[in-house]
Amino acid sequence: MSKSAVDVPPMGGFNFDLCRRNDMLAKKGVNPPSFRKTGTTIVGIVFQDGIILGADTRATEGPIVCDKNCEKIHYMAPNIYCCGAGTAADTEAVTDMVSSQLQLHRYHTGRESRVITALTLLKKHLFNYQGYVSAALVLGGVDCTGPHLHTIYPHGSTDTLPFATMGSGSLAAMAIFESKYREGLNRDEGIKLVCEAICSGVFNDLGSGSNVDVCVITKGHKEYLRNHMLPNPRTYISSRGYTFPKKTEVLITKITPLKDKEVVIEGGDAMEE
Amino acid sequence: MATTMVKEVGSEPAQLLGPESASERTLYPYVTGTSVVALKYKDGILMAADMGASYGSTLRYKSVERMKSIGKHSLLGASGEISDFQEILHYLDELILYDNMWDDGNSLGPKEVHSYLTRVMYNRRNKFNPLWNSLVLGGVKNGQKYLGMVSMIGVNFEDNHVATGFGNHLARPILRDEWHENLSFEDGVKLLEKCMRVLLYRDRSAVNKLQIAKITEEGVTISQPYALKTFWGFSAFQNPTVGAEGSW
Repeated sequence: MSKSAVDVPPMGGFNFDLCRRNDMLAKKGVNPPSFRKTGTTIVGIVFQDGIILGADTRATEGPIVCDKNCEKIHYMAPNIYCCGAGTAADTEAVTDMVSSQLQLHRYHTGRESRVITALTLLKKHLFNYQGYVSAALVLGGVDCTGPHLHTIYPHGSTDTLPFATMGSGSLAAMAIFESKYREGLNRDEGIKLVCEAICSGVFNDLGSGSNVDVCVITKGHKEYLRNHMLPNPRTYISSRGYTFPKKTEVLITKITPLKDKEVVIEGGDAMEE
Repeated sequence: MATTMVKEVGSEPAQLLGPESASERTLYPYVTGTSVVALKYKDGILMAADMGASYGSTLRYKSVERMKSIGKHSLLGASGEISDFQEILHYLDELILYDNMWDDGNSLGPKEVHSYLTRVMYNRRNKFNPLWNSLVLGGVKNGQKYLGMVSMIGVNFEDNHVATGFGNHLARPILRDEWHENLSFEDGVKLLEKCMRVLLYRDRSAVNKLQIAKITEEGVTISQPYALKTFWGFSAFQNPTVGAEGSW
């Protein structure tokens, strides 16, 4: 119901009409359901031949781990990958959307996508939603101008860095980078450093855990190492298996097969209406 | 209703306790020191703290000694409100004085001082008038090394390496990875410097002027203030937006 005399045309972006009601409900103790976040450690480094991205695999819903082995390194283009922290739905949706836009752009131009194209598309979208799309991303890729690594914050600001970390475990991972990163790392050293940083997040941050995913991007080639490291195996499995006590006894077994239902079409075509 | 009562306490604490005590309780810290990092090594305890004290977001004082020796066997480092730290030193002075007056050949060791500080901090917090500090207490007595921490709400524990404030997030992961029993003095100092360097890069209230203190069976030595070397020469920093014109 429009209260104003003039009809207001529908506006884009988010509708904040129910915020007052939500505040009132919160005061009475009715809280909105918590959403699935990725409380996370995501990292990226520039090494000698390109980019290495790393991520942990735990998704949390408040204090509960809702997914022990989720994928946080998202595909953007054959030469560009993006790690996402924050609300899981937001990171998935935003990276999917920009990935499609990049594909269309590739068809249009006939060229390989550039990392700054992805960066600008993501930046524009996130700024437009003024931080309400809670996606903090580490975007990395190698294009014709060289390797690039960027961080994108939920409000839309970006940084171009030689090494980057985001998520709740970012401080633990950054401590490792600040003490051990140097330029011109080779592939094995780079992967080892990324794994160390993610493990630091996994073991020192409660929002990060389970396994380590790594993605290595070089000129013309990419390697997605899913579950490259599994530092949290299930250790206490009983080798005898589990036996359950005997339940109620079965006295008789009688199986009645279901009859096939016969449909009688009274006049007219089967496809009518 | 339970919810409304909780709201009252949160928004008007002064009125619940009466008007006379409203102005005398610590509500916010004003002049604060940043993290302290400490670890046990072969001969005792090594502790590092920078010499900065911030007044909100200004780095107001740059020569504040945040580590002091207590009695013969202990070393205290504090982060948080500096005036409360000075008050704690006053209490400890009195404690050590009374201990000396007994003149019985025994002196308070680090475990005892830590216990005393825990009681003080916890009781102050119970009266809603906390001493706004995170304290690190280290010492050696009769060959036994001791390193403990007390927070402003009275949480206390003992460990092989501790850190306060930002040090918990940035230094603890490094210490968990690289600390081991029987570190030599040089290795211990290198490890502490590694932690302090990361804190210098990533903590906005850190200053590049730090002291390292060592306590062993022989006694306490607090080094002269010195600065850490930092590296800003990454090629990506020279020209960060090459290939990404218009971004920053």
